[in-house]
Amino acid sequence: MTDAALTATAAAQAPIDTPFAVFWRKFRAHKGGVAGLIVFVLIVLAVYLGPLIHRIDPNKIDIRAKNQGPSFAHPFGTDNLGHDMLAQVLAGGQISLAVGITAMLLSLFLGTFVGVLAGYFRRIDGLLMRLTDLFLALPLLPLLLVIIMLFRDTLRAAFGPETGIFILIVFVIGITSWMHTARIVRGDVLAVKNQEFIVAAKSSGMYEHRIILRHILPNVLSSIMVSATLGIASAIITESALSFLGLGFPSDFPTWGRLLFDGVNFLQLTPSRVFWPGLAISLTVLSVNYLGDAVRDALDPRTLSR
Amino acid sequence: MNRTTMLLAGTVAALTMAGSAAHAERGSDGNLKVLFWQAVSTMNIYLSGGTKEQYASSMVIEPLAGFDEKGNVYPRLAVEVPTLENGGISKDLTTITWKIKPGLKWSDGSAFTADDVVFTWQYCTADGGGCAQKAKFEGVKTVEAVDPTTVKVTFTAAKPYPYTAFVGSLSPIIQKAQFKDCLGIKAPECTAANFGPIGTGPFKVKEFKPNDVITFVVNDNYRDPAKPSFASVTLKGGGDAASAARAVLETGEYDYAWNMQVEPEVLATMLKAGKGTIKTAFGSQVERININLTNPDPKLGDKRSTKEGGPHPAFSDPAVRKALALAIDRDIIVEAGYGAAGKATCNIVPGPDAYVSTKNDAWCLKQDIAAANKLLDDAGWKKGGDGIRAKNGVKLSFLYQTSTNSVRQATQALVKDMWAQIGVSVELRNISASVFFGGDPASPDTFQKFYADLEMYTNNFDGTDPEPYMAQWMCDKAPSPKTGWQGENMPRYCNPEYDKLATELSKTVKLEDRAALVKKLNDMLTEDFVHIPLVYRGQPSAFSNSIVGVKSTGWDSEVWNIADWSRKK
Repeated sequence: MTDAALTATAAAQAPIDTPFAVFWRKFRAHKGGVAGLIVFVLIVLAVYLGPLIHRIDPNKIDIRAKNQGPSFAHPFGTDNLGHDMLAQVLAGGQISLAVGITAMLLSLFLGTFVGVLAGYFRRIDGLLMRLTDLFLALPLLPLLLVIIMLFRDTLRAAFGPETGIFILIVFVIGITSWMHTARIVRGDVLAVKNQEFIVAAKSSGMYEHRIILRHILPNVLSSIMVSATLGIASAIITESALSFLGLGFPSDFPTWGRLLFDGVNFLQLTPSRVFWPGLAISLTVLSVNYLGDAVRDALDPRTLSR
Repeated sequence: MNRTTMLLAGTVAALTMAGSAAHAERGSDGNLKVLFWQAVSTMNIYLSGGTKEQYASSMVIEPLAGFDEKGNVYPRLAVEVPTLENGGISKDLTTITWKIKPGLKWSDGSAFTADDVVFTWQYCTADGGGCAQKAKFEGVKTVEAVDPTTVKVTFTAAKPYPYTAFVGSLSPIIQKAQFKDCLGIKAPECTAANFGPIGTGPFKVKEFKPNDVITFVVNDNYRDPAKPSFASVTLKGGGDAASAARAVLETGEYDYAWNMQVEPEVLATMLKAGKGTIKTAFGSQVERININLTNPDPKLGDKRSTKEGGPHPAFSDPAVRKALALAIDRDIIVEAGYGAAGKATCNIVPGPDAYVSTKNDAWCLKQDIAAANKLLDDAGWKKGGDGIRAKNGVKLSFLYQTSTNSVRQATQALVKDMWAQIGVSVELRNISASVFFGGDPASPDTFQKFYADLEMYTNNFDGTDPEPYMAQWMCDKAPSPKTGWQGENMPRYCNPEYDKLATELSKTVKLEDRAALVKKLNDMLTEDFVHIPLVYRGQPSAFSNSIVGVKSTGWDSEVWNIADWSRKK
């Protein structure tokens, strides 16, 4: 009697348990992940909605109000040309986040693609891994110089200076940072593909692409997630390095990395110039890391039994 | 000993001690610590064009004559500076004869002779050698040793300004015995000689670590027995300008640091520590915006930014160029980026005083947005919906490039803002200095190729004579594929009138006439809006408060009188 009632409730609950609900329940259990999600959403909201409230043009120069500390008009103070730092940090965040996320997605896609193919199909493994080694061995800076020299003017003519440079930078960062993901994914795929359930899937006559998508990918998702979270951080940093070398965005185009770099000399005079962009980069990277951690835990099929 | 003699002896001793206090003894002030944030790679200035190498080597090897803090030529190894009056320069201006101080010795103890001077000329002009200072020997036909203390330099044609070869720290005398096997292509292989040249200067090299540290000690054979006051110099290289400034001004770890390209307010914060001062020497450096008079459109392919590609669609209208110049507020640029190390200027020749024109200062130094707007309105450039002026489909929207440096990017931002007020939009681009100034003919980003509408950088001339400098804007000096993109006429200016005057300058002897011609040429460039001169830049250097005797110069090596430096007790 009691048993029947229990079974009934369990059966009644079962239909509500959509895959997303399961995912969400497990995600919520990860406290750091929830905190990361909240912080990340807050940063994204602030960066995109903030300029609607704080309506100062980030490129407005007011030389009389230079090097000011925090005030009501300029909550983050001003820089040595009188730019409003809050407006600059918000505008910089839009670019940095866009570059970081898009470049990360591109490198993740490339890395996973190469890694899964190399791990799953033995015939092309050698070829793809040597290609990965080749990319790893390429001296990055000369390569970037050549790419930018060859395509800058073409892209600028086709998409305008800002979009053209955006596409170029995302592309450049994406194709020069996929190699580590590829290596990690390949290793995981090699480990997974010899397990019984893959053999079972194969013997049931499943198409190879179905096996990869349904069985291999979910099992290697955890390592992909980890490289994704690290990827955003390194993409933001690479972008600032490129901007410094003059290969990135024009200098009147604030990004977090550039704001940080420009502010270093003024550390004693106006510490807020370094503090806020630095905090923004750290919080973003940290929150994305926790987010990735939680997502991995929630998606990992090996935790299903728990 | 009786009492009188004792008293006498005491007085003599006291007098001697008083004397030694007034004239410090050689090597009594210990070690001088110098910080160069760009490290020194060689001690042979003939194999390097760098300022850092110039300064470091000038402590060891010396020219016959140098430039003092006012830009005057003064004798160093020579007895006096040859002139027409003292007969040192021939009447037809084709020879100059130098008399060398008798009894001069190299730091290894051997005698300094006229043969060493002749050899120096042979060294720099030897076949197959990439001598970096060849320009110093331009027009020199022969250099002969008349006797061991007399050198005669003969020029191929009359040379109104003969103080080029062996004058200034860019053409010092090297020892024949040390370098005799290092001629031509073998020059870079003589590592020991290039890293530790034997010289006549106050110091000699004790240890040289390329791109790191150099240790100098007193040259015992230096001609003035009382100098230098310092027993040794440690020159450390590397870092960046701001940290070098901090090491001298705030922490006091170093005595002298060179080239303080740091925002004025940052320096002001460091100066508050009270450990040092900034001394600024003004030479001939001018930060300018060059205007591309040819068309940089990428569609032109190889003809891009050359005369063959045709004139610039917007800049061929002088009104546009003038409006750009009028809209600039130089005082704000100086205040934001240079402070005491810069002065607003409208001249490309900012010094020496005799050559400086004041003709255009009245209208040019003042920002006049209203006049600039009116000028563009009258010329038919109408504002469109986006606030940018256009005429016949040509928009006043330009690409403005410069090298990567925080002060330059700040200037770019300010100028962009000023031009936005007259309906001109600019796209900013900054290029790594090593690429921008690298001169690689394969790179599209060099300042010579000028694949942009506007570009900004600093240039200056060597020594105090602007003649070769003024010749840079002649028609045939424009860089193009035919010249392998060599040439200094970046704006691609071509005016027969200008060429005529510049040629006349090279034949004019009298100083007053030369000055008048230089002023005229300078005004021509300003009034034709070939470029927009912005800031007369000084060379700010940081000195510890305990160092005395420094006389900063913008005309020669900053350490030209290091023998006179001493430490305050």
